[in-house]
Amino acid sequence: MTSFDDSKTRGLTRRGVLKAGTALGAGAVITPSFFVRNAWAEEFRNNPGNASSVKFGFNVPQTGAYADEGADELRAYKLAVKHINGEGDGGMMNTMQPLALKGDGILGKKVEYVTGDTQTKSDAARASAKRMIEKDGVIMYSGGSSSGVAIAQQSLAQEMGVIFMNGLTHSNDTTGKDKRRYGFRHFFNAYMSGAALGPVLKETMGTDRRAYHLTADYTWGWTQEESIKNTTEALGWQTVNAVKTPLGAGDFSQYITPVLNSGADVLILNHYGKDMINSLTQAVQFGLRDKQVNGKDFQIIVPLYSRLMAQGAGENIKGIYGTTNWNWSLTDAGSQAFVKSFGQEYGFPPSQAAHTCYVQTILYADACARAGTFYPPEVIKALEDFEFDGMGNGKTLYRGADHQCFKDVLVVRGNENPTSQFDLLEVVKQVPASQVTYDPSIFGGELGPYKV
Amino acid sequence: MFSGLTTNDKRLFIGFTIAALAMPLLAWPVGANYPDLLQKFAIYGIFAIGFNILFGLTGYLSFGHAAFLGVGSYAAVWMFKGVTMNVIPAVIFGVLVAGMFSAVIGFISLRRSGIYFSILTLAFAQMSYNLAYSVLTPITNGETGLQLRQDDARVLDRLFVDRAEGLPSTNLFGLEMSGYPGFYFCCVLLIIAFFISLRIQRSPFGMMLRAIKTNQVRMNYTGFNTRPYALTAFIISGMYAGLAGSLLAVTDPLAGAERMQWTASGEVVLMTILGGAGTLIGPILGAGLIKYFENIFSSYNDIMLSESFSFLPDFLNDTLVFVIGPFVGEGWSLLLGIVFMAIVIFLPGGLMEGLTRIHAWYRRRGSGGTPTAGSASSSQAAE
Repeated sequence: MTSFDDSKTRGLTRRGVLKAGTALGAGAVITPSFFVRNAWAEEFRNNPGNASSVKFGFNVPQTGAYADEGADELRAYKLAVKHINGEGDGGMMNTMQPLALKGDGILGKKVEYVTGDTQTKSDAARASAKRMIEKDGVIMYSGGSSSGVAIAQQSLAQEMGVIFMNGLTHSNDTTGKDKRRYGFRHFFNAYMSGAALGPVLKETMGTDRRAYHLTADYTWGWTQEESIKNTTEALGWQTVNAVKTPLGAGDFSQYITPVLNSGADVLILNHYGKDMINSLTQAVQFGLRDKQVNGKDFQIIVPLYSRLMAQGAGENIKGIYGTTNWNWSLTDAGSQAFVKSFGQEYGFPPSQAAHTCYVQTILYADACARAGTFYPPEVIKALEDFEFDGMGNGKTLYRGADHQCFKDVLVVRGNENPTSQFDLLEVVKQVPASQVTYDPSIFGGELGPYKV
Repeated sequence: MFSGLTTNDKRLFIGFTIAALAMPLLAWPVGANYPDLLQKFAIYGIFAIGFNILFGLTGYLSFGHAAFLGVGSYAAVWMFKGVTMNVIPAVIFGVLVAGMFSAVIGFISLRRSGIYFSILTLAFAQMSYNLAYSVLTPITNGETGLQLRQDDARVLDRLFVDRAEGLPSTNLFGLEMSGYPGFYFCCVLLIIAFFISLRIQRSPFGMMLRAIKTNQVRMNYTGFNTRPYALTAFIISGMYAGLAGSLLAVTDPLAGAERMQWTASGEVVLMTILGGAGTLIGPILGAGLIKYFENIFSSYNDIMLSESFSFLPDFLNDTLVFVIGPFVGEGWSLLLGIVFMAIVIFLPGGLMEGLTRIHAWYRRRGSGGTPTAGSASSSQAAE
């Protein structure tokens, strides 16, 4: 009898298995319908259609060497979405010229957003961006703080047919050899830093200097080193050595010690974020700035500066030269409006990373409004060769040939006598856009097609 | 093809095939049914199956498997750059290169066992990572990662078509390998990988591997030289990792050094232990769980949390957001850590042990107490 019982139980399970199998089988048959869901991408991917809202994706580093910048970028994105939806005081939407946005979202649709963490890694950033595009259905995504990651996301944008608005990325490659039709950059680049910095360096340090580079070992570091080298060597400076350091190294003492005995009298730090804070602090601790070499005072240059980094490096920043895309102390109407609404929201002034991300979001929204559609090829055409003013950098051109913005560049110096904990950078010179403009063909690269 | 397999194994394989193909539907209730995550499920499933062949069967704990994953990725991307955008040569090349690489590392590392073996593999993986990150920059493009370029050679493609505007995409004889087609390609390979792993586990060779885990000394005394068996298992599992790596490149033609970092090696160990080391299905479940946590929980933020609890009164809502907040978003690994600890402490056999226990309990209840029959067949299922 037991065996009889046994077979009965087994029979039951078998039926259970069969049932489950049929259910799964039915599922497998339905699966092809998932292809159909992509079929409406024929018009374009993530078309909002008749929906009452559109989604933006904000993909920033929330962990790693650039986390501070990422946090500030996210604040700016949230503020931009508020202003586009007509909440808050409107910020730079009050000063931007020309402006097609009406403060009721974009083309009558409210803007929503999703966020993601790039971890400052290309893989993680692309996975996060794909989630935004495939799952959350974003119409545009944006983010930055590492050029390697930005370039990886930008090429994904081209593959996916969703526009990517670069946040903070300073490598020449972003709008140079790795430029893409679906990627746009408002931020300036290493070439412009070099061109702006050159005359100031000549004035303050002369033409007979020996430079030593420490360079973050990825696309941004490489191109910045190259651009600054070209500038300084044109001044007559010699380059003693250029050493690559891994991103996020933390401890730079092993790289700084050799500088002491190299015979160099200028140290150029092609570092950014926490890396720059660490390397600069250690360089000062090693007594480099009190040294006399070749009969001259030892100098340190940080070509790409930001207030957040200055805050992190504290006292060490005083008197050190660099360039920046934007600074909150600017007095034009656009900057003031932005600083005011950012300050009201968060209680402190925005960084240059926040500024560029805010501007990029508004520019994209405005381009959709001008194009009268979210269809990417039309939006791209609306952005290309678009001229605008009142966004904090004076008259600005979004060049169509390489999707790079051309505007004034600020040469700054660490403030010797700060009046507040945020008043850390002193603007030495506002270099006009005409002096930093270059021929787009010098970096090569191809934008690719409008329709993908 | 199925000769020598028991009815149970055949059922398991058929059930697995159906479940794998229907993954978009199964993942739908938990919000994971988008191609990128589904591709990751399949790819890391393959990676974990391969790791399990080494760790689950022989007991050799490799802490450097991510190196093979990375090598597979680089090899596949180079195939895309140099020869053709068709995925078949890239996958084959990726698997072969990873196989050769693992033969070298395995030959050296397997001279030691236990903790020494683990440390050796970890050291090799870290060396490969540093090589890829800074020394071999011309081959790996360092931190920026190896990417496709407009002016790549692509010798074979050039013979047939002219250079088109924009970057080409990876394809299987014209079928583009992004989105759902990409997932189904990975899925078919996952099923094949699972079948091979099933055959290995049921073969005399698999028995040898288990014997190494149980008592290597006794094996040696009976006159077996265990090292060739262990080395074969090591190479097979390295090739699985290479397959997973090349599939990562197939679905997204980019290879970065961070794929070889020790955290990536640790991840596959977690996947296998979480799911159940030595079982057939377990590692795949573990891989799915970790990838799900990484992609879904990391995207939650406080606003989304308070929205999902909005039906509760305000103070309860705030408390819940305050308590749960740190465990989602960038704190997702904290949550994973807690789940991992809970599983290792209460279910040492991983998720599979949990399933077995539920199954046994259900059986006992359903048949009114024939525990012997129930537990016997359920331990079968756990294999």
